[in-house]
Amino acid sequence: MTSARVLRLAVGFYILLFFTYLFGPLIVMSFTAFNSSEFPSISPWNCVTPEWFGVLFKDQHLMGGLRSSLLVGIGVVLLAVPIGLAASLLITQLQKRARSIVYTIAISPILVPGVVLGISTLVFWERIDRVVLGVEDSFFYDGYFMTIIGQSTFIAAYAMLVFLARLQRFDPGLEEAALDLGATHTQVFRKILLPFLKPAIASAAVLAFLASFENYNTTVFTIVSKSTLTTVLASKVRYGINPSISALAVIIIGLTLVGAVIHEYLRRKEVAKTEALAAEGLPAPTRSRSGNRVLRVPVGALASLIFVAMLATAWIARDYDVAQCKVQVTEENRKKFDALKQQRLAEAKAKREANRQDADVAVETNQAGRQYQNIFAPTNLGSQIDSTEPSEPDSDATTAVETNQAGRQYQNIFAPTNLDGQVDSETKDE
Amino acid sequence: MSADVQLENVWVQFGDFVAVRDTSLTIQGGEFFSFLGPSGCGKTTLLRAISGFQEPSRGRVLIGGKDMAGTGPNQRPTALIFQNLALFPLMSVWENISFALEVKGVNKSVRRKKADELLELVALPGQGDKMVDELSGGQKQRVAVARALCAEPEVLLLDEPLSALDLKLRQHMRTELRAIQQRAGITFIYITHDQGEALTMSDRVAVMRQGTIDQVSDGTIVYDRPETAFVASFVGENNAFPGRVIEVTQGIASVQTKSGVLHAEVSAVSPLTSGDAGIVFVRPESVRFADPSALQNRLEVTVANQEFEGHFWHLVLQTAEGSVIRMSVMNDGERETYEIGSRIAVSFTAQGAIALAQGELAAE
Repeated sequence: MTSARVLRLAVGFYILLFFTYLFGPLIVMSFTAFNSSEFPSISPWNCVTPEWFGVLFKDQHLMGGLRSSLLVGIGVVLLAVPIGLAASLLITQLQKRARSIVYTIAISPILVPGVVLGISTLVFWERIDRVVLGVEDSFFYDGYFMTIIGQSTFIAAYAMLVFLARLQRFDPGLEEAALDLGATHTQVFRKILLPFLKPAIASAAVLAFLASFENYNTTVFTIVSKSTLTTVLASKVRYGINPSISALAVIIIGLTLVGAVIHEYLRRKEVAKTEALAAEGLPAPTRSRSGNRVLRVPVGALASLIFVAMLATAWIARDYDVAQCKVQVTEENRKKFDALKQQRLAEAKAKREANRQDADVAVETNQAGRQYQNIFAPTNLGSQIDSTEPSEPDSDATTAVETNQAGRQYQNIFAPTNLDGQVDSETKDE
Repeated sequence: MSADVQLENVWVQFGDFVAVRDTSLTIQGGEFFSFLGPSGCGKTTLLRAISGFQEPSRGRVLIGGKDMAGTGPNQRPTALIFQNLALFPLMSVWENISFALEVKGVNKSVRRKKADELLELVALPGQGDKMVDELSGGQKQRVAVARALCAEPEVLLLDEPLSALDLKLRQHMRTELRAIQQRAGITFIYITHDQGEALTMSDRVAVMRQGTIDQVSDGTIVYDRPETAFVASFVGENNAFPGRVIEVTQGIASVQTKSGVLHAEVSAVSPLTSGDAGIVFVRPESVRFADPSALQNRLEVTVANQEFEGHFWHLVLQTAEGSVIRMSVMNDGERETYEIGSRIAVSFTAQGAIALAQGELAAE
């Protein structure tokens, strides 16, 4: 093996590692959206199911958050894009010193932590509300209003950067030419500059919308009593999530992919056009092709990966009945629990026997054996207490079984007794 | 349709830097007028002052007898063709051409018709629907002219519009521009650093140096009868022999130079008297192989190099004192070439040379 080949292998391995790091979590999460398990997981795999998409759309809280996120996002686009455009135009008109001052001011919200922006926006408008207007809960203290204002402070700076990059390539001669031909300054802006900036306006709008959509740390303060998608998700994570969140993620990834594919398609068409022009021996706009090729790989790879995953899912699900599967899984679980129940009963019986002979020893063994394994199992606590009271030895097992049955509707994955039982059974096997 | 342009004591200053210094000039209506000068001489600034992009610091610009102070470029009866043409890349050819009408609110069918007429004028019929990027350099050039003409200007200003073209195309476009000017019948003011362009196209040429105009006259006079050392050295090639004037008799000056006493005509506009520092200028094509009889302006030289340029042989000659003389010999098939290093004698007539007062020379 030559060293070049080793190097190639190493690079290949690194790339594989890198993409796993990049896309692994997304892929795993996408799978969890189709698992019938109550908690987002791929192992144990229960049943392939689309039910979480239904759950997602029925979740009023989440859908409400999504609606307000869209509303805020549109508001931010409408506010931040014009502000960013104005700032970039001003900066290109200014001379050295004034330019750097204005640029620094305009860019500073990006450097300020979002939390600070959020709190200061909240405090400022609250003051305006109470002190200046003297009323409470006016329009200015509205969650949407403050969130749009608060997010726009730094998103406008993003938009400005997009415009500045585009404006750098603008030939001011075009403005002069238009003026010279009799156009007014307004006409120059409308007919020359604005068409030139159109792609930048589109990018800035998309960027502003996405930045607004995914913003949390500013929004969490400014949204007050309302909630956006991010704040709903955050509270869900705190109080327990289910795979409907994965379903939402799958939808977002899907939309992103569709967008990327459309963008790529349009871009390639453009490239083909310029290449055709170049082939005619006419000067084509200079465009680096090597950069595009590098870009092409991850987008294509991700798209095809998702496609394969979907095919595989479809293949697995080709003669598959969700309800039947669920019944099966429930049945399996029930069987498992029955077996466990027997074990527990037997165990309890043995314990009872042992207790009768020597209660103190039993307690000691119990505590020693379970000290670390069962510390959080409530039924275990019960059993420990029980075991100190040999007069009612059966109640332990009975409680466990009852808990099991109650927990069966969730398939008992998280039922504490279930864990307990598994640990116990392993102990017993030894 | 055509207006004359008057500059009255025009100054343009940027801080301490004087770009245009006390310039007065009248350009006749319908004239093809060129400003010729090296880069940085203020010719573009002067053009911008005429077109309205630059207000003069002092002095007045009058177009058609009207003072243009305070009138913006979009209100002046001028149209400017930019050095980089500044065609609108997002518009088609006909939209570019009819832009001046579009901003006036003229309806589309009228604009289209006018654009097609102008495309005929600039010899690009049927190209209206192409995008600007699909045109070649020379075609873009014509579109820029058509676009400017569409504004129906009384004065068309051209800022080195041919500098981006290759030689053949440049030569072709010179004739073309001249023809368009005659067809359109409007005043053309042309800016260039290329003396070939200025001389071939213009009715009159103004040679500029550091913000001032050295000489204004028609092309042949600028070439044959330069009035300053700068004009002599900037327009065309010239051999310069600096020295001191010994005497001036009957319009012929005798100048003591390092290469001996040389005789040359004195410019009627800037006369010399004995004792002045002067320079004798001789065009390479005025230098001849010396007749045995020629006694005046005879130089013994060594052939240092020779370049072949098709219709001319260019010889680089060196005198004993180390001065370099350039000489052009018509390639008429009769002349033999000379070995490098061979010693020959050359001469020129006093009428073929001109003696001017010492002054700034154009940078090589």
